[in-house]
Amino acid sequence: MTYTLEGSTGTWEIVVGLEVHAQVISQSKLFSGASTLFGGEPNTQVSLIDAGFPGMLPVINHECVAQAIRTGLGLKAHINLESHFDRKNYFYADLPQGYQISQFTHPIVGSGVVEIELSDGSTRQIGVTRLHLEQDAGKLLHDQDPKRSFVDLNRAGVALMEIVSEPDIRSPEEAGAYLRKMRQILRYLGTCDGNMDEGSMRADVNVSVRKAGEPFRTRCEIKNVNSIRFVTQAIEIEAMRQIEVWESGGSVDQETRLFDPGRGETRSLRSKEDAHDYRYFPDPDLLPLVVEQSWVDELKACLPELPDEKRARFQTEYGITAYDSGVLVAEQSMADFYESVAKGRDGKMTAAWMTGDFFAALNRTGKAIEESPVGADKLGGMLDLITDGTINGKIAKEVLETMFETGEAPLEIVERKGLRQVTDTGAIEAAADEIIAANQDKVEQYLGGKDKLFGFFVGQVMKATQGKANPAIVNDILKKKIHG
Amino acid sequence: MMLTDLTIAQAAEGLRKRDFTAVELTNAHVEAIDALNGRLNAYITVTADQAKEAAAHADKTLAAADAPTLTGIPLGIKDLFCTKGVRTTAASRILGDFTPPYESTVTANLLANGAVFVGKTNLDEFAMGSTNLTSAFGAVENPWRRNGDDTPLVPGGSSGGSAAAVAAHLAMGATGTDTGGSIRQPAAYCGIVGLKPTYGRCSRWGTIAFASSLDQAGPMTRTVEDAAIMLAAMAGHDVKDSTSADIAVPDYRAACGRSLKGLRVGVPAEYRAPGMSAELQAVWDRGVAMLREAGCEIVDVSLPHTKYGLATYYIIAPAEASSNLARYDGVRFGDRREGASLDELYERTRHDGFGEEVRRRILVGTYVLSAGYYDAYYLRAQKIRTLIQRDFTQAFESVDVLLTPTAPTAAFGHNEKPEDPVQMYLNDVFTVPASMAGQPALSVPVSLDSTGLPLGLQLIGRHFDEETLIAVGSALEKAADFTARPTFRAGAAA
Repeated sequence: MTYTLEGSTGTWEIVVGLEVHAQVISQSKLFSGASTLFGGEPNTQVSLIDAGFPGMLPVINHECVAQAIRTGLGLKAHINLESHFDRKNYFYADLPQGYQISQFTHPIVGSGVVEIELSDGSTRQIGVTRLHLEQDAGKLLHDQDPKRSFVDLNRAGVALMEIVSEPDIRSPEEAGAYLRKMRQILRYLGTCDGNMDEGSMRADVNVSVRKAGEPFRTRCEIKNVNSIRFVTQAIEIEAMRQIEVWESGGSVDQETRLFDPGRGETRSLRSKEDAHDYRYFPDPDLLPLVVEQSWVDELKACLPELPDEKRARFQTEYGITAYDSGVLVAEQSMADFYESVAKGRDGKMTAAWMTGDFFAALNRTGKAIEESPVGADKLGGMLDLITDGTINGKIAKEVLETMFETGEAPLEIVERKGLRQVTDTGAIEAAADEIIAANQDKVEQYLGGKDKLFGFFVGQVMKATQGKANPAIVNDILKKKIHG
Repeated sequence: MMLTDLTIAQAAEGLRKRDFTAVELTNAHVEAIDALNGRLNAYITVTADQAKEAAAHADKTLAAADAPTLTGIPLGIKDLFCTKGVRTTAASRILGDFTPPYESTVTANLLANGAVFVGKTNLDEFAMGSTNLTSAFGAVENPWRRNGDDTPLVPGGSSGGSAAAVAAHLAMGATGTDTGGSIRQPAAYCGIVGLKPTYGRCSRWGTIAFASSLDQAGPMTRTVEDAAIMLAAMAGHDVKDSTSADIAVPDYRAACGRSLKGLRVGVPAEYRAPGMSAELQAVWDRGVAMLREAGCEIVDVSLPHTKYGLATYYIIAPAEASSNLARYDGVRFGDRREGASLDELYERTRHDGFGEEVRRRILVGTYVLSAGYYDAYYLRAQKIRTLIQRDFTQAFESVDVLLTPTAPTAAFGHNEKPEDPVQMYLNDVFTVPASMAGQPALSVPVSLDSTGLPLGLQLIGRHFDEETLIAVGSALEKAADFTARPTFRAGAAA
């Protein structure tokens, strides 16, 4: 399905490339021993290295390197056994050294690929150009004083992975799907928490437009967009702006822009002429980063199962649909929960209950799966009660709800509330006789061809047995009695 | 004999024999500083009280057994090394009253070895210069005078304060740093010994950076043996410096007096620069003769890319400096000039804080790294640097050490400084190539020129083969028997 925008001169397609900045999960910063914990009092997690004191030198944190390699492997990318650190020079108050240590010419990870799935069920491969390690900057606080700005260096020096995509993205939806998939992979790998609202994942969005079949036109870069929704909005708004520029006879300038979600517009931040000359050069304080293939292999061997593989396995191993499987692997914790319930049980039934009533109950109570009052053992226990005929599906819904409220075990609830399924044919027969006798007119109509009325009789019997009758037995008895 | 006349080796022995105490030794130096520093300006900061305290502590350590070698030895510390609790200036206004809360690895090593620091020595601002005239704390006077001439002379640079302090006996030894010759050239100008170790031998952690790929700390002393003693205390692997070498520190002192039989000494043709004075050529020839006499085989070698050394150095060093000095922005430490905007704060702080030479190098460095010029300058310089390194590698296939002059001239007058900065940079012509290649190099005073000023010869060695430099250096020292002393020195102040 091709996404296009209509202008006055015809149909336009959009070209998007994303640069994701993902904060590496690590105890300490990329080149110093200071803590990376989020939310500390300003300037309490700053080493002399982070603050750029005279004579301080960076020393690479190997855990950050391992995280970058794991991420590269998760993106099915080439790992460069030798990479280099460069200095990106510019002046700003949040950049204590006056340069950011980054990887410019020789990144640690080369080209890879991310597979995205779209709402119509189709999939696309989005190329990853590279991933490199770099330092984050500090944070300026402008709202503490009417005249002065303050600097918080807690974040200065924290490791970031910059993951650059190819300009393969052709719609806002694809951009959203790419970011969701990237976040999912990073979370599975445990290399970035993917929390865009805390700023630990941010995106720079490169947008251009063109007529079908044309080469790329000039692009603009929208900096630091901090939610997936804003990314999709920004792309659409920026693409429309560019179309208007082209169609009014102008030309799009290569520049850096900011997205203002409040006003629904992008604004020029700086033009190409004002672009910083970063004066990249190899950081003489650091040796080339050389990693052994054997270490890469070791990291690869310890990689967790990633969403794509897990999803495929769930389909074959548990016989569930691609859709359900996709829902269940969205988060590692959900997939783990599913597997611990489905092991030794009916996978389809487990999937149906999890994606249905169980998720609905979680949503209703606003709880994440990790904090669910109904654990995998209890949900499994409830499914067992259905399977062994102790309760039927309808009663199970009630049991599940009670479990969410009280946290009791399913069998406890069944016993306390007397919800055991009635399989006593005598009692069901008596109820059936009574209902047939009281509704002779409907029996006639049913026998006369109104097949749908059969449901009415089943419903009445279930009602008479407070829903506890075994529906299969009810069906049998009613059929025998009505048809004689 | 005065205590200030002793060498480190002699003083260490005297302290152990209880001939005198560490307090006496330190007091003698502090008094000499009091008497002469007003004139020489070798020290920016004198730490007399701390030194006396440390000396008293040293005496206690000496009373027990196994006191480390430098226990109680008064040293000067170039004011480029961060010293915990003692103002560190880099001879620049921009650092203001910056007092580091940390101790550089090199000075921490020296302290652990028992050394007593008598003060922070003057230098060219941020170690950029060959005269010590660029210091924000005033020029240093070379303790030497030409015969019958009272013209104040430069001590060389950038470690000019250290060289002057050691030459005038205001310290028994001093630390220096050498980026393109900043230990060796002032050592030659002041008639002392200066050793630039192999790049990576001494940790750079806590030493204010000039050009990170070149900076190397080393000792400045009055004898080769003292340099060996000090280097052993300064050197060593440091996990805090990624470029520091994980190689054991040998007993450098043991290399003194080692036989030179069969050792091959290379004389590089390219160092016979056009316009070299006959006098300097004669000193070089004398050095060659002395080493031949000591059993060495003399070999003519070629270092074909020598002529590009200076130009290449003056691209790479400023490039790195322009980035290294970006942190001096007035935001977190040092002197700040307020401004209406952040950019104005930067501009005013850095304009007022940096001297002319530092600003020049920042501009040159910024230029050679700029888009459009990077390939033509920085990248090309890096390629040539590789060729210069290869020159040395090839030369050391046929020789064990190289012998060259240290500097093209003897010390010159404060008012005789060339107006053209490029002319000024020529001072580094013999010292820069070894820096570019990371080779260790040693300057040894060999004789006086016709005006009575010292001239030094330089030995360049293989990577991490400081021992051969020390062995050859001590032979040269012995043969040269350089006993002349400067006009201004402790106890001889005019």
